[in-house]
Amino acid sequence: MNALPAAEAPAAGAIDAGAGQARRELLRELLHSKTFAVGGVIVAFWCFCAIFGYHIGPYGPFDQDLNSVNAAPSSAHWFGTDQLGRDVFSRVIAGARTVLVVSLVATLLGTVLGTILGLVTGYLRGWVDETISRFIDAVLSLPLIVTAILVIAALGPSNVTLTITIGLIFAPLIGRTVRTAVIQERELDYVTAARLRGENGVYIMFAELLPNVMAPVMVEFTVRLGYAIFTAATLSFLNFGIQLPTPDWGLDISQNFSEITAGYWWEVLFPAAAIATLVIGINLVADAVEGVLDR
Amino acid sequence: MGLALITLWILSVIVFLAGQLLPGDPGRAILGPLAEQRAVTTLDHQLGVDKPLITQYWNWLTGILHGDLGTSYTYQQPIRPFITTALWNSLKLAAVAFLMCVPLAILAGVLAALNVGSWKDRSISVVGLSALALPEFVSGVFLAIIFGIWLNVLPLDATPPPGASPATVVYHLILPAIPLTLVLFGYIMRMARAGTVAALEADYTRTAVLKGLPRSTVVRRHVLRNSLLPTITVVATQVGYLIGGLVVVENMFHYQGIGALVFTAANSKDFPMLEAGVLTIGVVYLLATLVADISYTLLNPRLRLGGAE
Repeated sequence: MNALPAAEAPAAGAIDAGAGQARRELLRELLHSKTFAVGGVIVAFWCFCAIFGYHIGPYGPFDQDLNSVNAAPSSAHWFGTDQLGRDVFSRVIAGARTVLVVSLVATLLGTVLGTILGLVTGYLRGWVDETISRFIDAVLSLPLIVTAILVIAALGPSNVTLTITIGLIFAPLIGRTVRTAVIQERELDYVTAARLRGENGVYIMFAELLPNVMAPVMVEFTVRLGYAIFTAATLSFLNFGIQLPTPDWGLDISQNFSEITAGYWWEVLFPAAAIATLVIGINLVADAVEGVLDR
Repeated sequence: MGLALITLWILSVIVFLAGQLLPGDPGRAILGPLAEQRAVTTLDHQLGVDKPLITQYWNWLTGILHGDLGTSYTYQQPIRPFITTALWNSLKLAAVAFLMCVPLAILAGVLAALNVGSWKDRSISVVGLSALALPEFVSGVFLAIIFGIWLNVLPLDATPPPGASPATVVYHLILPAIPLTLVLFGYIMRMARAGTVAALEADYTRTAVLKGLPRSTVVRRHVLRNSLLPTITVVATQVGYLIGGLVVVENMFHYQGIGALVFTAANSKDFPMLEAGVLTIGVVYLLATLVADISYTLLNPRLRLGGAE
C-alpha cells in the first residue's frame, strides 16, 4: 500500500511535464491563428479604452458644449454631439469600461459557480442531480432577458445587481456543459483508482475531475463572455444597468434613440458600432479557442 | 408531459418568489423611500401582501388555475385582457418574423453547404456569424438608420394607424421583425448548413450518387430529407429565444406586445402584471418545446414506426 504512491510519483511528474508542453503547444497554435489575432486586436483595443478611456478622449465624457447640441460629425466632434452637447466620440471611448467590467465579472462568477454545479451534479448523479436539473430546467425555460428583468425589477437596477444576475443565470448553462463532460470522465479508470484509494468525493471532484474538464470550461468561458456582453449591453439599453450620466453604450443608445426621427443618427450609430465590433471580436477569439481546444 | 408540468410548477414558484419576496415590501417599493410608514402599511394590507407567503402563493396559484391572473397595481383592473391583447400582438409580430426568417435561413444554409469552401459558402457563413453575435438593439439601430432614416422606406413605428389594412399592418412590422429574427437566422442557417454537409458525406448519399441518380434528385430526396429534420426542431425550440428579443424590439419600435408589457410592468413595479406576463412567457416556451418534440417524432420515420435501431 505504501509502495503505490512512491511508484506513482515519477509517472505523475512525467504526465505533468507532458501536460505543460501540450499547453505551450496549444498556446502557440492559438497565437498563430488569424481569427485569434484579429479578434484579439479588437478586444485589446477596447480593453485599453476601458482602462484609460476617461482620459484619452478629446473631450471629457461629461463635458457639455451647449453651443453645439445635436451637432453632426465634424472635425471638432468626429462622431458629432448628443442632445446635451456632449462629444459622442469621447463617450464611446469611455463607455467601454462599464460593459467590459460587468460582462467579465459576470462570466467569471457564472463559470466558477457553473463548474461547481456541473462537477457536483455530474459526479454525484442520483437525486441531487435530478432535483438540481429540474430546477435548472425551470429557470432556463424563461428567456435570459426575461429572467433578468424579473430579478432586477425586484432588486432595483444597478451594475452590481446586473453583474450578479447575469452570473447567476449563466451558472446553470455552464453547469450543463460541465456536467456532460464530467459524466464521460467519471467512468474512466483514474477516477475509479482514486475512489479505491479512499479519496473523498470533494478531492475527486476538484483534484481529479476538474483538471480533466478544464478544456470545456475554458471554451464555455470565452463563448459565454460574448453572450455576457450581448446581455449586459441589452439590459443597460433597457435601463436596468448603470444609471445616467455615466457613459455606457447601451444606455447612450436608449437615451438618444428617440432622437433619430429628427435625423440625429450619429448619436446612436457609433455606440452601436462599438458594441458590434466588441461582440464580433470576442466571438472571433472564442471561435479560435474552441477550434484549438476541441482538437 | 409530466416533466413539463413539474417544470411549470417550479417556474410558478420562482416567478412568485421573485415577484413577492425579492422586492421586500411591495408597498414601500411602490410608494418610494419617502412615503410615510402608515401609508405603506395600509397599501400592503390593501394588496394582501401582509398575509403569510404560503397563503399568498396558494391564492395566486388557484386564481391562475381558474383563469384569474390577478389585478394590476397600475391600472387597478383585471390583468387577463392586457395579457391576451399583448400576446396576440406579439404572435402577429413573431409570425411575420418567422415567415421572413425561416425559409431564407434554410435556403442560405443549404446553398452554403452545397458550395462548401467556395466564396459563396464563406460569405454566407460570415453574415450568419455576425447575425448570431449582434444584440437585437444593435442590429435594430443599424436597420432603423438605414431603412427608416437614410432610405426612408420603412416606418419606424411598429403600431399601424387604427383601422389599417392587413397589408399595412405587415408593412409596419417588417422593420422590427428583422432584428428580432437576425440571431435566429444565423442559428438556423448554421444548423441547416451543418446538417446538409453531414448528409452529403453520408453513405446513403454516396450510394445514391453511385446508382447514377441526377444531383438534384439526390439533394431533394436523400440529402434534404435527412438534413432538415434537426433544423426544424431547432426552429421550434428557439421560440423562447424569440420572446426574449421581443422585449427589446417591441420597446424600440413602440409595439404593445408581451415583451413591452413585461418591461413596462417591471419599470412601474406592477408585480402582479410582471408575474403574469413572465409566467405566460414560460407557458408559451414550454408549449413550443412540446410541439417541437411531437413534430420531430411525426417527421422522423424511424421514430414514427416505433422501431428501435
